[in-house]
Amino acid sequence: MSSPAQGEGFDVLDAQDQVRFEMLVLPHLDAAFNLARWLLRSGADAEDVAQEAMLRAFRFFHGFHGADVRAWLLQIVRNTCYTWLEKNRHVKDMTEFDEDLHGLRSATPEMLAIAGDNRERLTRALESLSPRFRELIVLRELEGCSYKEIATIASIPMGTVMSSLSRARRQLQLALADTARPEVNHEL
Amino acid sequence: MSCNRADTVLHGYFDNELDALGAAEFERHLERCSECIDALESLESLRSSMNVAQLFEKMPALLREKVLADLSSANLIRIVPARSPWRWLAIAAAFLLFAYTGWQVISIHGSDNYETVLIGEVVDAHLRSLQPGHLTDVVSSDRHTVKPWFDGKLDFSPEVQDFADQGFPLQGGRLDVVRGRAIAALVYGRRKHLVSIFIWPMTEKDASSREGSRQGYQWIHWRKGGMEFCAVSDAAPSDLEQLQRLFTE
Repeated sequence: MSSPAQGEGFDVLDAQDQVRFEMLVLPHLDAAFNLARWLLRSGADAEDVAQEAMLRAFRFFHGFHGADVRAWLLQIVRNTCYTWLEKNRHVKDMTEFDEDLHGLRSATPEMLAIAGDNRERLTRALESLSPRFRELIVLRELEGCSYKEIATIASIPMGTVMSSLSRARRQLQLALADTARPEVNHEL
Repeated sequence: MSCNRADTVLHGYFDNELDALGAAEFERHLERCSECIDALESLESLRSSMNVAQLFEKMPALLREKVLADLSSANLIRIVPARSPWRWLAIAAAFLLFAYTGWQVISIHGSDNYETVLIGEVVDAHLRSLQPGHLTDVVSSDRHTVKPWFDGKLDFSPEVQDFADQGFPLQGGRLDVVRGRAIAALVYGRRKHLVSIFIWPMTEKDASSREGSRQGYQWIHWRKGGMEFCAVSDAAPSDLEQLQRLFTE
C-alpha cells in the first residue's frame, strides 16, 4: 500500500481512475466523516477536515494500487486529522490518559450497564481518551476494522494492535465508570 | 489483574482475530479462569452499549454535496448527489412519464421503434453503469475470468475476448437488464473512454451494423451468429466501428 503522505500528487485523474474513484472511494464517505468526527471531537471541525481529506484522497488516488481502499482512505483521514490537531495546538488532545486522575477503580459490568444506554455518557467517556486510544476504539467498534486494517490506518505494528486495544478498552471502561458516578468524581 | 491473558489474547478472542487453534486453546483456558470470564462479559457489555448508543456519525448531506462538488470542480468528475427517497420518487415519476410517452410513440410508429426503444434502454444502462459501484460486477482484464463468471447467471454464454492489443483493453463484465431480460454487458476501455457492449441471444437473421447517437453517446447495433450486440460509449464513432469489426471478424 502506497503511503498517501509521500509521492507526487496528481490533480487530474484520467477517466478510468475517475470511475474507479467513484466506485471504490465514494462509498466510504460516511466512514471518513465518522473517524474525523471522533478524532477531532467536533462535528464542525470534522466537516472541514473530512472535506480536505477527500481532496487529498482524490489527488493521491492515482498512486493507490492496494486492495483495501477503505483502510487507505481512513489513513488519509487520520493523518489529516492529526495535522489539523497539531496545527490548532490542542495540547490536551495530545496528552495521554492519566490513570491517576481517573482512579484505578475497576469497572464492573453493573457500573457499565448504568452508563450503557446513555449515548451522552459514552460520548463523554470516549472523548476523554487520548486520540491514540480513541482512534483504536473508533476503528474497531464503530468502523468495524480488522486488526490488519487498524495496523495500517493507525501506523502501528500488527503485533501491538491487540495489546493497544486492550489498554484503550481498559481506559474507556475506567472513564465510563467515572461518568457513571459523577458525584464520586467530584468528591475526589 | 493477575491473569495476563485478560490483557492480550482475550481481546483477540473477543474480536474474532485468533486462528482456530488459538481460539480453541483460549476457550479451554476460559473454563477455569473466572477472571477472563468476567473480563469477557464486561467487554461484551461495553460493545453492546456502544452499539445501542449508535455512535457512528454519518456524513451530513450538505457536506456530502460539498465534497462531490469539490471533486467535480477538481476534475469534472460526474456528480452523484446523495440519494434521498424524494429524489428516487422524482426519477420514478420522470421515468413513468418517459415510459408513457415512449409507449405513445411506439403505438404511433410501429416498425422502427424496436431499435429506438432498445437504444434508449441501452444508453440508460450505460449511464447507470457509470454511477459509483455499478460499472462492473466482475473486474478483470482476463477473459478466462470474465467468461466463466457469467456461467449460471445467464441462459447463454457470451463470447469474451480481450482486445488490449488493438487498443480496447477488457475491464470486466456485469449483468444488466435490457428489454426485460438479463443480458451480459462487457466493459472495454478506449483511451480515456469506456465502452459497454451488451450481448444477448436472438433468433433473427444476421444484420449489418446500424449506428447513431443519443443523449451525446454513440451507439452501434448489429446481429451476428444468433447473438445481438449493442455497444455504447462517449468515444468516437470510428472507435465503436473498429470494436464492432473486432467482434465480427
